[in-house]
Amino acid sequence: MQKTKKIRVLIAKPGLDSHDRGAKVVARALRDAGMEVIYTGLRQTPEQIVETALQEDVDVIGLSILSGAHKTLFPRIMRLLKEKELTDVMVFAGGIIPEEDVTEMKKLGIKEIFGPGTPTETIIRYVVDNLLQRT
Amino acid sequence: MTKTEEIAKGVLSGNRRSIAKAITIIENNEPETPELVAKIYPHTGKAHIIGLTGAGGAGKSTLIEKIVKEYRRRGKTVGVVAVDPTSPFTGGAFLGDRIRMQELSTDEDVFIRSMATRNYAGGIAKATKDAVRILDAAGKDVIIVETVGAGQSEVEIIKVAQTIVVIHAPGLGDEIQAIKAGIMEIADIFVVNKADRENADKAVIDIQSNLQMNNKESPWKPPVLKTIALTGEGVSELLDEIEEHRCFLEGDLVCKKTTLRTKAEAELVEAIRERVTTSLIEELKKEGRFDQLIHEIMEKKTDPVSAAEKLVKKAARDVEA
Repeated sequence: MQKTKKIRVLIAKPGLDSHDRGAKVVARALRDAGMEVIYTGLRQTPEQIVETALQEDVDVIGLSILSGAHKTLFPRIMRLLKEKELTDVMVFAGGIIPEEDVTEMKKLGIKEIFGPGTPTETIIRYVVDNLLQRT
Repeated sequence: MTKTEEIAKGVLSGNRRSIAKAITIIENNEPETPELVAKIYPHTGKAHIIGLTGAGGAGKSTLIEKIVKEYRRRGKTVGVVAVDPTSPFTGGAFLGDRIRMQELSTDEDVFIRSMATRNYAGGIAKATKDAVRILDAAGKDVIIVETVGAGQSEVEIIKVAQTIVVIHAPGLGDEIQAIKAGIMEIADIFVVNKADRENADKAVIDIQSNLQMNNKESPWKPPVLKTIALTGEGVSELLDEIEEHRCFLEGDLVCKKTTLRTKAEAELVEAIRERVTTSLIEELKKEGRFDQLIHEIMEKKTDPVSAAEKLVKKAARDVEA
């Protein structure tokens, strides 16, 4: 019987910033690369994001944030993911995250930060290559 | 215990992670699929399965959010399967139905899963039926399946759902649309959403006159309802009709009485809660005890929960005295 496994990605907008053009661009690109993309909409709490990731059984979470609140929200999200035993989900982030914060974010478990101007092809490649490595 | 046995056990106890994993296994047609289905199938058949279909833009997702909230108000647990189309060119999908249901994400008794059709025709995914079974086995009282924003031939939903609600909106077509075959034929309940728009009444009349011309004599006459999903207007009545249909399917007077009782109970409890809260707080404010406790809370001499305990106990004593 044919297996029809798809990569499921959650694109989430934590916090209060209301700019989601970037998130939608990434979502569309991942869709066009053959993935199933769930977009949460704006103004999500860490609890909403993690619960959504759990119910949708996603392989990847992409966090988009432009408000500068990543240092508050990302640790909470990563901690909740751990609590819910979702540590095998790959998490990447994008938006406005200063260079000097990248190391700290990666220490939390965020695999990669894709800043403004990153070609969507780079993100797609990263997701596909790194997920293949896991299985 | 094998992994599959563990997941099945988790599903039957309502564990959300197990439910999610189980749906993935079936959706991907993993080798464990037959074993998993065999384990959960005996526990299915209790849920009421409602299919929601209708053209894109009619307001299905927004309406579902309100429907789920109303079911929750009436004490039911709910599962939602929201289906969106897979691109025939790229194989990918943008699953955006959840956006309209954001508030429900953290309700523990609501489970929402987005599914892509993966090129299955007919408005749902091949795995939708089994996903519904999993939610059924997990103990959800009501399961709502939202089909792809449909044209007129997306009727696969009849294989999955017991009660089919077709949503229409004014301006999506004239009476000729109402006559065309397909989804207009499968509805148990018609809803004209966005009923605050012009031509809403005309849309209702178009559908009703089309129904009257049906030659089939059926004991169930599909009602045509009006809703405004954005405000929730008409949703309670919609639920009443859905329950009515469920009782019709079960062919049973006891069912109808139970439904009316559940609704009456929910309404009475809510009315009591509202009045008790309002009048109690008014009384306590009059005595000044309320403000005193607020100060104590601000000074961290007490906490809101202990304060509430004190106030409620005192109020109970006063009533007795």
